Amino acid sequence: MDPLNALVIFLNFVFIPASAYGAQLALGALGVTLIYGILRFSNFAHGDTMAFGTAMVILLTWGLQALGITLGPLPTALLALPAAIALTAALALLTDRWVYRHYRRIKAAPIVVVMASVGVMFVMNGLTRIVIGVGEINFADGARFVVTVPQFKAMTGLSEGLSLRTTQAITLVIAALSVWALFVFLNRTRAGKAMRAYADNEDLALLSGIDPDRVVRLTWIIAIALAVMAGSLYGLDKSFKAFNYFQILLPIFAAAIVGGLGNPVGAIAGGFLIAFSEVALTYPWKKVAEYLGFEPTGLLQMLGTEYKLAISFVILIVVLLVRPTGLFRGKAY
Amino acid sequence: MENAYLSATGMRGGYGKADILNGCDIAVGRGQIAVIVGPNGAGKSTAMKAVFGMLDLREGTVLLDGQDIGGLSPQDRVRRGMGFVPQVANVFPTMTVEENLEMGAYIRDDDFRDTMEQVYHLFPAVADKRRQHAGELSGGQRQQVAVGRALMTRPSLLMLDEPTAGVSPIVMDELFDRIIEIARTGISILMVEQNARQALEIADIGYVLVQGANRYTGTGAELMADPEVRRTFLGG
Repeated sequence: MDPLNALVIFLNFVFIPASAYGAQLALGALGVTLIYGILRFSNFAHGDTMAFGTAMVILLTWGLQALGITLGPLPTALLALPAAIALTAALALLTDRWVYRHYRRIKAAPIVVVMASVGVMFVMNGLTRIVIGVGEINFADGARFVVTVPQFKAMTGLSEGLSLRTTQAITLVIAALSVWALFVFLNRTRAGKAMRAYADNEDLALLSGIDPDRVVRLTWIIAIALAVMAGSLYGLDKSFKAFNYFQILLPIFAAAIVGGLGNPVGAIAGGFLIAFSEVALTYPWKKVAEYLGFEPTGLLQMLGTEYKLAISFVILIVVLLVRPTGLFRGKAY
Repeated sequence: MENAYLSATGMRGGYGKADILNGCDIAVGRGQIAVIVGPNGAGKSTAMKAVFGMLDLREGTVLLDGQDIGGLSPQDRVRRGMGFVPQVANVFPTMTVEENLEMGAYIRDDDFRDTMEQVYHLFPAVADKRRQHAGELSGGQRQQVAVGRALMTRPSLLMLDEPTAGVSPIVMDELFDRIIEIARTGISILMVEQNARQALEIADIGYVLVQGANRYTGTGAELMADPEVRRTFLGG
């Protein structure tokens, strides 16, 4: 039995990739859950807004690289992030002005706004493809690894190796920082509390003198900032392909709903739950089992990787059946 | 009423085409407790909402401290010194008691910690739970938070829409005691009540509405003594 090597394999193939993926889903799900809690609709355009934001990051990254500006070992994309967030947020605010504000004024049923967001999704989708194309783009530069497999083996003398890619480390750091900043904002600042008050009881918030337009603007900006970060980190970690962002909408929604729509803590928990389930159920555990002293005959892979997306749905259905408000009790309109 | 702090006269209007209020008058003096009672569907809450600007009036004037506030939105009326406690959904359930009070003071730019301490002093049971979510409190305590939230703007007129709906008789008595205490600090109170008898006991002036119009008006004691009012509205 060799539990240490089993642990290293687990960390390398399950824990680290799932954590990075979970953090990306969590950032996306936070945006979905904030929009749901405050603007009161499920934003189907979120995935394609992520794609558009990431496209902005890529264009700006190319621009910076052409000017000879890089971040050394870190990806140049990080430098492009703030401006890309600003551009995408501006587009989201325009979309709100042109599309969603009308439905707020006439107090449209949530399903009507959801359908409008599907329309916005198609427009965003087309816009992204026009701007950057449909091909696969790799825009990660700088150092590829924090720790490589040979380095790790040399350091520890273990037979199994562990690698930590720069993009994975950056994903976790940025996700942790932005979640921390979001919670400080929501719980400590006047504007953040006003947002929560508006989400809690809109009429009473209006009576208390909270400006609804300001709350709506803030919500878009924050949700977009989280979305562009999630999209860029996902793109850095894997690679950028416009279509992938339409697909990632599914696990993001599953994460937000499983955690409890409208509940930020739930969105984070949901993101990690979905990510770990996807990775753990599609990973062949044979080697881990062997190191732990078992002699499995098969690969111990629960599901083929092509069923990855189905896992979110299964979790979603189970949660909706057993606990419809989500793990952290969100709200349903 | 002479020199009333709030004086609403000849109010007519409703939500759709049909009027709910048919020439209704409501006045409250400074530091007075005014109570609106009447049968179900008499337009009690509607009258209060009209005073607060949540309903467009077809006719009638609303004067606050002698000034016509008829054209102002509810938000602007809050800035003018009106505080309103809705009957339901009157707290922010997933925010703490303290945050609820902070949101009550949202329009204030000055230091509101004094006011918060006064609210806690008025409602000690709520003060002990300042870090708890308002949605987790009992009905009576939630009602206290709701009143406290409205007090945070330091209103000169506090309007309460059925504050004792759904609370036990003991909690109701307690709440009425607090309302008397608030009135003693010079704040005028306008209250809609289902529990007519208990409410009239603490009322300086009572309005009995029937079909959106004033049927009887008098001090709480006068109305309680009126056999007609007793027979028709107070159950003998």
